[in-house]
Amino acid sequence: MISAQLPALQVVVPLLAAPLCLVLHRPFAAWLLTFVVSGISLLVSVALLGQILEQGVIDYAFGGWAAPFGIAYHIDFANAYVLLIVTAISTVVSIFAKRSVASEIEAHSQGLFYTAWLLCLTGLLGITITGDAFNLFVFLEISSLSSYVLIAMGNDRKALTAAYQYLIMGTIGATFILIGIGLLYMLTGTLNMLDMAQRLITVADSRTARTGFAFLTVGLGLKIALFPLHLWLPNAYAYAPSAVSAFLAATATKVAVYVLLRFMFSVFGIDFALGAMPLSTMLVVLGSVAVLSASTVAIFQHNLKRMLAYSSIAQIGYLVLGVSLATPAGLTATLLHLFNHALMKGALFLALGCIAWRLGSVRLGDLGGLGYRMPWTMGVFVIGGLSLIGLPLTAGFISKWYLVLAAVERGWWPVVLIIIAGSLLAVIYVWRVIETAYLGKTKEAVSGTEAPLSMLVPAWLLAIANLYFGMHTELSAGIASQAAMVLFGGQP
Amino acid sequence: MSDSILFLILLTPLIGAGLIVVTGNRPNLRETVSVVTGLLLLVEVASLVPDVLAGETPGLLLAIPVPGVPLALQVEPLGLLFALIASSLWIVTTIYAIGYMRGHHEIHQTRFYAFFAIAISATMGIALAQNLFTLFLFYELLTISTYPLVTHAGTPEARRGGRVYLGILMGTSIGFLLLAVIWTWQLTGTTGFKAGGILAGQASPLVIGILYGLFAFGIGKAALMPFHRWLPAAMVAPTPVSALLHAVAVVKAGVFAILKVTVYIFGIDLVGGSTASTALLWVAALTIIGASLVALYQDNLKRRLAYSTISQLSYVVLGAVLANAASISGAAVHIATHAVGKITLFFCAGAILVATHKTRVSELDGLGRQMPLTMGAFLIASLSIAGLPPTGGLWGKWYLALGALDAGYGILVGVLMLSTLLNIAYLLPIPLRAFFGQSPKTAVQFSEAPLPCLVAIGITTAACVTLFFFPGPVYQLAGMLIP
Repeated sequence: MISAQLPALQVVVPLLAAPLCLVLHRPFAAWLLTFVVSGISLLVSVALLGQILEQGVIDYAFGGWAAPFGIAYHIDFANAYVLLIVTAISTVVSIFAKRSVASEIEAHSQGLFYTAWLLCLTGLLGITITGDAFNLFVFLEISSLSSYVLIAMGNDRKALTAAYQYLIMGTIGATFILIGIGLLYMLTGTLNMLDMAQRLITVADSRTARTGFAFLTVGLGLKIALFPLHLWLPNAYAYAPSAVSAFLAATATKVAVYVLLRFMFSVFGIDFALGAMPLSTMLVVLGSVAVLSASTVAIFQHNLKRMLAYSSIAQIGYLVLGVSLATPAGLTATLLHLFNHALMKGALFLALGCIAWRLGSVRLGDLGGLGYRMPWTMGVFVIGGLSLIGLPLTAGFISKWYLVLAAVERGWWPVVLIIIAGSLLAVIYVWRVIETAYLGKTKEAVSGTEAPLSMLVPAWLLAIANLYFGMHTELSAGIASQAAMVLFGGQP
Repeated sequence: MSDSILFLILLTPLIGAGLIVVTGNRPNLRETVSVVTGLLLLVEVASLVPDVLAGETPGLLLAIPVPGVPLALQVEPLGLLFALIASSLWIVTTIYAIGYMRGHHEIHQTRFYAFFAIAISATMGIALAQNLFTLFLFYELLTISTYPLVTHAGTPEARRGGRVYLGILMGTSIGFLLLAVIWTWQLTGTTGFKAGGILAGQASPLVIGILYGLFAFGIGKAALMPFHRWLPAAMVAPTPVSALLHAVAVVKAGVFAILKVTVYIFGIDLVGGSTASTALLWVAALTIIGASLVALYQDNLKRRLAYSTISQLSYVVLGAVLANAASISGAAVHIATHAVGKITLFFCAGAILVATHKTRVSELDGLGRQMPLTMGAFLIASLSIAGLPPTGGLWGKWYLALGALDAGYGILVGVLMLSTLLNIAYLLPIPLRAFFGQSPKTAVQFSEAPLPCLVAIGITTAACVTLFFFPGPVYQLAGMLIP
């Protein structure tokens, strides 16, 4: 039965498509394959979510080798939800990629580009779906290595430095994660995360467990770009090809946050992670600083992709703040924001991609009067920006509502104030762009207007999704709260 | 039937905005669309009057974005009063705008009319909101949709004005109001407006006090000091915008929201006794006097009117915070009477600008001989703002003073009296200079503003006087607020 093999297909399809893509080599064929494979992955993840809604969890033994000896995939609400985010974004952005990539990357490397894209997708999906700690590390490396390649393909030469910076930082992070997993393996003798969780209960009060936890947290903090481990991110997003910025901003850090949650809640358990270890205090401090400092820095950026990158770091601060509350409501807010932030950042980066395609620049100073030259593109930016600020009727508002509510329930008023301050700072950095685009002076004579339809349609898809999920939250908030319950319940 | 009318009320201006854009390159058709939309809207709003007078409150559920927090509409007397004022004055303003925008050769007129219609839709949403969340949504929508109107001219000055406008309005709404809404929901599990309030017995007096402060300052559109600077900044907008939005729709949305929160969220019993309300009374009193004093020194006519508005808005806040039957009806009546008075003053200021390109009070000497109709209307409207007979402005002040006495604050009656004197001091010299001052030019000809402007001025001036003789309908709706 094919429906029983869906967990394997989720990873195997893009994995096998990647070498095929390299062989095809021709830009159009490679693009088509990427798009089709992303679409299939999306269908698979939707089907998986359907199965989860019916039966709760899916346990899948890869190759028929039962856990704990074989590699087991374990799917519940939490990762089915993340799979959906990753595949949906990949599908939408890959439509956009065709024209955008054609303008930014030379024809002979486009086959390679799409190969790296598919590998990155494979890695992200693998990390999310697997229930095996070492397998997770392998997929993490696949996604990291391919994303270094993707970033390095940006048409600015600074992309090379950015990719190199990310390579160094990412490798340090991956090493930390590997050490962490190694220590846990040493302690428990298993790599299966379910198994690990059960055996850890008895040995949690040991220095090895604490050290392993610390290594994992720091390593994942690097991958998440949690302040102050965020230094690789602004350059990476700013100089990567437009489509890559959109894809990575909406998925890569999200998956890393998911992994952190999985280890915190499912493997170590909430009592250990937020009780025995001082993680809650650390996260609340780092998250607060991230929100305030990164939002402030974003205000002073002239390169808009860099501005959005700093905004992403601030948004990661929100995610972490939600976790630090250590309540189901806080975790729901985090998971919900994972989804909504993917929508808003995706929309914003795609809008910038359209602008880059037309102007060849995303510097604020070049945007004067763009609201009249590219009304549809700027429309996406306005909607995405309002969502980022968190105005009602947008997805961002729903996130903010849940997050503030969770903080109020907990009685953490300083956190409430920080969330609101972040929102106000977002007003400033978003409005700079809107003001320049609509009230600024046009630089040269008006020539050429909108971006092509194949770029505008995906951008508008995400913009409309921002509005839709601002009104109907059965899917986003509904599944987020289910997933939070699962994580809080302690079962992986 | 009346349920679906609620939806139509929101939709009509939006459809109007769409049609305005479509007919953009045919100005006559475009402006016809605008007026017809206004008439339709007024008919729709008016059709709700019999139901509400019969004590019904038709409602409509639009969506449920967050479980327990619906996006819903419901009519009640205060909201209906506000919707009636805004929709009827929209028609008058549109007529005025036709004369003004053409006479002043403004650019981007289609955009102007379209965003105007969207702003009216948001105003209707505020008037008909069934709960705090819906109110907040349309409140923000109103801020966003009026931003392009404020920055209409696109000059550096307009950009600066727009920044202050957006910064203060959004800063207070996200910083305080949203927090207050979420907190209320957390305390009570609902955000719905309910007769008698929902917060009674749900929190300690301290929390109630903080919440009330958050609401009062968070609703920045009420321009309570020190969050009042956006209103003078918004005066860079074309005059019809200043007239309808920044004398009626936007600012009244602010005080309306405060009134609504006082009556339907806190309940007057809860507000009346608290210490926070005493503190707020003084903030309101200070705003009344302080803004009037500032107005005295403004030479720019529109800025003077803006500070006058700030002062007058605090009358309504005062009425809300005093929280007794007389003061609440006084506040509601004042919303109506100040609306017609202030819109007339702005119409006159715009008429002067179109006819003579003068913006300063000091330039108006002798203008009464050139524009007798405009300056005559200005005189009557000034009396209304000061609250003197034979104008409607008297009634709001009357009930507010009664309310202050009922609550045992005799000194506030003194504040109201002092304010009246200040009103006279900064408004009446303007028509007096115009009629009795020496014109710098020797030969003065009769040359008034364009006809549509005069028609609009005539209608609102007549309304000022009519409200003195027949305040009944307004008072009847206002009286239904506190049974």
